[in-house]
Amino acid sequence: MLKQVIDKEIAQQYDVDERDLYDLNLGPSHPATHGILENRVKLDGERIVKCESHIGYCHRSFEKLSEHYSYNQVLTITDRMNYVSSMANNIGWTLAAEKLLGIEVPKLVQYVRVIMLELNRIIDHLICTGVMGVDSGAYTGFLYFMEQRERAYDIIQKMTGARLTTTFGRVGGLDRPLYNEFKQDILEWLRPLPKVIKEFHTLLTRNRIFIERLRGVSEISEERALEFGFTGPNLRAAGVSYDVRKADPFSSYSDFDFDVPVGSTGDAYDRYMVRMVEMEESMKIIKQAIENLPDGPHHADVPEVYLPEKKHVYSSMESMIYHFKIIMHGIRPPVGEVYQAIEAPNGELGFYCVSDGGPNPYRLHFRSPCLYFYQSIEELLEGGLIADAIMTMSSINVIAGELER
Amino acid sequence: MADKQTRVTNDPFRKYDLTLAERLYLPAIMKGMAVTISYFFKKPITIQYPEEKAYVPHRWRGRHVLKRDEFGRERCVGCQMCELACPADAITIQAGEVPPERRHLHTTERYAVTYEIDMLRCIFCGMCEEACPEAAIFLTPFYEFAEDSREKLIYTKDMLTERIGGPILYKD
Repeated sequence: MLKQVIDKEIAQQYDVDERDLYDLNLGPSHPATHGILENRVKLDGERIVKCESHIGYCHRSFEKLSEHYSYNQVLTITDRMNYVSSMANNIGWTLAAEKLLGIEVPKLVQYVRVIMLELNRIIDHLICTGVMGVDSGAYTGFLYFMEQRERAYDIIQKMTGARLTTTFGRVGGLDRPLYNEFKQDILEWLRPLPKVIKEFHTLLTRNRIFIERLRGVSEISEERALEFGFTGPNLRAAGVSYDVRKADPFSSYSDFDFDVPVGSTGDAYDRYMVRMVEMEESMKIIKQAIENLPDGPHHADVPEVYLPEKKHVYSSMESMIYHFKIIMHGIRPPVGEVYQAIEAPNGELGFYCVSDGGPNPYRLHFRSPCLYFYQSIEELLEGGLIADAIMTMSSINVIAGELER
Repeated sequence: MADKQTRVTNDPFRKYDLTLAERLYLPAIMKGMAVTISYFFKKPITIQYPEEKAYVPHRWRGRHVLKRDEFGRERCVGCQMCELACPADAITIQAGEVPPERRHLHTTERYAVTYEIDMLRCIFCGMCEEACPEAAIFLTPFYEFAEDSREKLIYTKDMLTERIGGPILYKD
């Protein structure tokens, strides 16, 4: 009964025949949605008349859970937010905790963080652009990109010991020293990448079918994107040149020379192009960082925050006391609140943390970019075709894990 | 920072103006096929899993092991630091005093009577290894856990403790 009332209202509002309306659940577990995204759409033929998106299907209450975790344990939660580029989240959280504690980390740590963040940006964009190809019917390019991503995971697992749930870094530095062949591995990884990206351009960028599937799909204006709180590649595609790396340089991003690609119309094609160009910019940053990689300790000199080296724990009394104090009592930052944002592959990833001086964060909020993108999905989908809905969802790159922390 | 921008709009890939060749579509499909066919002659990167195993670095965080020292004594003293550091609450320890007749098997007079890791809860973050003050628990590169029941995945102390004369599970 209620459904009929709603249908009637929608039919009147959008000037369609009430009997033509058709309900479709696009998700939560639909092969075309990447992740658990629940959308209920009302169709008139193949046109989406009305869309209703439900956020919170796989909510795991990370923010509340963090209130019971120590500052280093929160890292394990951030792994599971944006699982396509989990190191970016790790870096964001460590930076936030360091800002709260007032720690200045050595140049080596900052540079390694830049390298890993850019590496994660590349692999995130590889997936996003590859998946856009898959959704428009070109599976091949995705596999070529997957191969490069796999090689990146080799570096990540050598560095941290895991592929997806990296738990990279600790508050006050890196979790362990760099492995010896780090520089060569990164350079080795970068070498075939421009060629593969060029091949991908050949496969898709000027392909008529691909262009026609993408152009004009889910356009968003500059003003509307800003109103929704868009950040990252999706905002830049709409024409706003906002990048946290430039606007508020963290982790010595001001040392590097790079451009920020900006689109014009904010449609799916611009989002695709912005991501493709951004990968090249990221490669530039990694090269600069590797060239100027300084020597030095892999953590700041903060014995009350960073765990002492194991061999000292077994032999020296002082280190042993610090070790026990950090594990048993936790890191206790001063009372206060802090907001630290980083430019994660998807946009501005912010960590807002309130401390009451205890070993656990008093309150934590993750500003994940996907939530802001996904709020606009109702507006973006309405009036489009159902095939465009799939393109929209893959082009704004919503990661369910980050959307519903 | 207005000078530090490249605009995609100024890119040669301007979107709406398709050239005649692109409108015909055939050249694009030819170029695409050329790329695809070039991959035909490359070495496949697929790994035939059960026969062939992927490269696993020795920093890999996999199955845990409780180490013994050079005299074959258990290093774990049951201090419960790993239990405290575990974000997933996967470790359960009951500590007790070592009976005198077994004193030669332990480094101190305190030891873990039971030591259980629930592998279904464990998230393999490595925090236990970091927290251990006795170099007793380590994560090893072993990663094949599949079992047919949940009970089998609760690893007890016998399963976790290194065998004397068994393989040496190392860590850098």
